[in-house]
Amino acid sequence: MTAAFELILCLMILGTACVALLVRDFLAAIAFFVVFGNLMGLAWLALGAVNVALAEIAIGAGVTGVLLILTRGRLLALGEQIDGNPLGHWLNLGAAVVCSAFAVVLGAAVLSIAPDDGLAPVIDRLMPRIGVENPVTGVLLAFRAYDTLLESFVLLGALVAVWSLAPADAWPRAPAALRMTDPAALNVAESFGRLVLPIALVVAAYLVWVGSDRPGGAFQGGTVLAGGFLLAAMGGAMGLPRSDDPAFRWTLVAGPLVFLAIGLAGMALGRFLAYPEGMAKALIVTIEYFLAFSIGVTLALLVAGPPVRAETVP
Amino acid sequence: MTWVSVATGLLLFAGVFFYAAGTVGLLRFPDPAARLHALTKADHLGLAFIALAAALEWGSVAIAAKIAAVWLLAIMAAGTSAQLMARVTRQDHSDEP
Amino acid sequence: MSLPAALGHLFPLTGAALVGLGLFGFIILRHPLRQLLAVNVIAAGIFLILGGLGRGEDVTDPYPQALVITGIVVSVALTALGAAMITRLAEDRCAPAPTPEPPGDRDA
Repeated sequence: MTAAFELILCLMILGTACVALLVRDFLAAIAFFVVFGNLMGLAWLALGAVNVALAEIAIGAGVTGVLLILTRGRLLALGEQIDGNPLGHWLNLGAAVVCSAFAVVLGAAVLSIAPDDGLAPVIDRLMPRIGVENPVTGVLLAFRAYDTLLESFVLLGALVAVWSLAPADAWPRAPAALRMTDPAALNVAESFGRLVLPIALVVAAYLVWVGSDRPGGAFQGGTVLAGGFLLAAMGGAMGLPRSDDPAFRWTLVAGPLVFLAIGLAGMALGRFLAYPEGMAKALIVTIEYFLAFSIGVTLALLVAGPPVRAETVP
Repeated sequence: MTWVSVATGLLLFAGVFFYAAGTVGLLRFPDPAARLHALTKADHLGLAFIALAAALEWGSVAIAAKIAAVWLLAIMAAGTSAQLMARVTRQDHSDEP
Repeated sequence: MSLPAALGHLFPLTGAALVGLGLFGFIILRHPLRQLLAVNVIAAGIFLILGGLGRGEDVTDPYPQALVITGIVVSVALTALGAAMITRLAEDRCAPAPTPEPPGDRDA
């Protein structure tokens, strides 16, 4: 039963990926990409990786989907053609042969590795020392805290890079407004945005809180928050901040900064990013809350894009 | 085979039936409004049945409350997106005489 | 629940196929935004290989899970950057006509 389910799931994943890549209409391609992301989330659930399933559905399907739709709208407004004009048949065939060969080699490499959860018992043994029960949170914020710290800086760096693409005379302004243009549609979107934003806040706080013992965590919570912000912005319930607003800049760096400060404080006690015995859980939850808030704001602004000259509509 | 598993099976069956009906409507109905009608109504009845089945399967009030919250959010989101899509299709139609 | 031996490799193999598929899309698609979507498919395939190979008897190794979460977040950051660059390029291609701006402003 499980085997049949997983086989069908894998076939559906491959099928939706094919359609997302090859369908002529790009909006349909994005729709299939979102379906693909949700099926990937189901695959992670089948693997028992609920943390990853949450992240994949929220970020891989949700945020990336919004981003692609928004970019498509902006490109169409500029008069770009996104519908694919494929290469010649022979080139297509050649690419197909090369890529299938590559996939086969990769598959052979995969088959040569036996699936193995060798690190799970090691991590299980270490978990009681940090007082957190979700092993993924343990890895992210204690055993490989380095990676997560750098990752939070990567997000910040990506936002700075996106901002650096703004035209010179647009610099400190706000990104292009996300609000809908049609007044009646705006009305619908506004009431939904006003309803969803507080719910998103509560759900994000809940996800971060349960993340220490059960599936959830800072990234998942932060993404839910970003979704709430984006919906509120689309409904016009919330404006987008100017890039030089100091309070807003502090919310962007708060997460990485608190993380770094706690890491450096750990250095005073011995090692960088080492938590003192008995205080690990409190520190981890503190870091996660700040991180989730910063991630939410950063992701929402990454989607919104660079500052623009005047009030234009995507 | 307790009565709970029988009820779960029946609810799941009803849910899948409504999903299938909604999908058939989406594929076969002629105009966008009718397709939206099939999608939102039938699919969310299907979701409701599957949510009920899941809640029954777990048999805990706390989990049932969470599932109910998820279901409520899903139908609100679907209602909003259906409204927006209906408006867009109406605009598209008025654009092309 | 014991895992049938043949099933252990199912998800990693799907991942390998996704990488090949995404690569094919990346090569044959002309528009950069479509290529960005193809890159996302490749990324999903790599994550599936990485996470799927951590599948054990009844738990999946939490270590690759954490790496995959990190990877998902980094890939969305890169997608956002790519989308912003594509939009900017399109603006530069189309902008000179509709936006009259004082000369020399752009060089400043």
